Amino acid sequence: MISRAEVCAIACAEAFRGDGEILVSPMALVPSLGARLARETFEPDLLLGDGEASFVAGPWKLGGRPPSTVEAWLPYRAVFDIVWNGHRHVMMGASQIDRFGNQNISCIGDHAKPKNQLLGVRGAPGNTISHPTSYWVPNHSTRVFVEKVDMVSGVGTNRGVDVQLRRVVSNLGVMDLGGPDKSMRLLSVHPGVTVEEVQAATGFPLHVGDVVESRLPTEDELVLIREVLDPKNLRDKEVPS
Amino acid sequence: MSKRMTEDQVVSELRSGMTIGIGGWGSRRKPMSLVRAILRSDLKDLTVVSYGGPDVGLLCAAGKAKKLVYGFVSLDSIPLEPNFQNARKAGAVEVREWDEGMVQWGLYAASLRLPFLPTRAGLGSDVVTYDPSLKTVADPYGGDDLLAVPALHLDAALVHLNVADERGNAAFHGPDLYFDDLYCQAAEKAYLSCERIVPAGELGELTRTRIARWMVAGVIEAPNGAHFTSCDPDYPRDEAFQKEYATAAKDPELWKAFEQRFLLGDEAAYQEAVKAFHAERSAA
Repeated sequence: MISRAEVCAIACAEAFRGDGEILVSPMALVPSLGARLARETFEPDLLLGDGEASFVAGPWKLGGRPPSTVEAWLPYRAVFDIVWNGHRHVMMGASQIDRFGNQNISCIGDHAKPKNQLLGVRGAPGNTISHPTSYWVPNHSTRVFVEKVDMVSGVGTNRGVDVQLRRVVSNLGVMDLGGPDKSMRLLSVHPGVTVEEVQAATGFPLHVGDVVESRLPTEDELVLIREVLDPKNLRDKEVPS
Repeated sequence: MSKRMTEDQVVSELRSGMTIGIGGWGSRRKPMSLVRAILRSDLKDLTVVSYGGPDVGLLCAAGKAKKLVYGFVSLDSIPLEPNFQNARKAGAVEVREWDEGMVQWGLYAASLRLPFLPTRAGLGSDVVTYDPSLKTVADPYGGDDLLAVPALHLDAALVHLNVADERGNAAFHGPDLYFDDLYCQAAEKAYLSCERIVPAGELGELTRTRIARWMVAGVIEAPNGAHFTSCDPDYPRDEAFQKEYATAAKDPELWKAFEQRFLLGDEAAYQEAVKAFHAERSAA
């Protein structure tokens, strides 16, 4: 039995396909699993940071210590350089995301006196205008997929600047910004999910083209996920089956 | 000439209304003993520039901050900073919310006495909507317009390093310098606290000696001075205490008790209260 979290991990890994020798920065558990899986399989040249100040090489368990092979120093200043240089693909979370991929992680409500204060824009403006960006939403709902975000942190496709938005992976399916006027398009639904369910959980009309079922993990990928990269099954905590 | 000072001497050189930059990152290597000294002072209306953590939260909770300049405010292992959230939800502070890289650029521009530095970061986002003072600049070589990040001049910078000599040369022994050198260079006066003051020439590996004495106006020996943020390799973040802090900040009654217990006395009293906190926990 293949779990929903495992399908999501594959979808995240697929977002990094073709990236080559760049820094990938996954911001949550399932994207981390996806990035590590991609590096162990079809994207061996990917670079991963340890969350502190090093590039690290080798297999890396979710929830485990970073691999002991430190490839190079990666202080925040070097991260900022890579961001603006463009050799990076980030997969950020989104408290809100709209039809054109504008993302908000700053605050909910009026910016002067928000109903809820979140992190602040962090590096989202610089990330999105500098290098490929994907998003991960573990709880696909109309609270997250909204008509209009309260503060544009990550820049979408309708803001008059060039951005490279790759994939929006959720617990229900996979989207990109390949719809009309670079709007959000549904590419695949995870096994057991219907197009109607995804649309109902989305607060704006999704462009629906030739939707397929999301790719399932191969036998080898399943062994890697279950025995090497996430033996404690932390993935199920982020995406319950 | 020795630049040794105490935290309270630093505070006596600060004035209400100043712009103060605070080094470190999130809940990592923050000059917390200096922040605590500000909490005890009658300083007010400060503009605080920071890759924010509990420094920002505490200054907000004490009503010291009039304005914040930040890319984020976070406790790292606890993503959201509750005291910062309280201040924002009450509309109690003005904010200049920038992209993280813009903050670096503003500090670097001030360091180099440039009026601005250009970048793409921020363009297209609501950073420029909510900070209408930001302007773009035409590329004189014919490319696209860029955002001109204005210099972030600091009246004072506060940073905490692992070791320093008494004239202000200092080294970081942990994984990352963060942007502490830029804070010092961007400031009229930089005050540097450290775990240990050592003789000149004994700061350790030369490539880690990234703060030179020309940048520094005062040196404060403050063992455990970054508590409860991390100061690797001297000590990690005090996660249990940070949790206590964050829990208290969510409830006005608990916060009053937290202030009473930890923040009303001097630094020595704080460090004693922290020891007692841990002794109680291990006894429980």
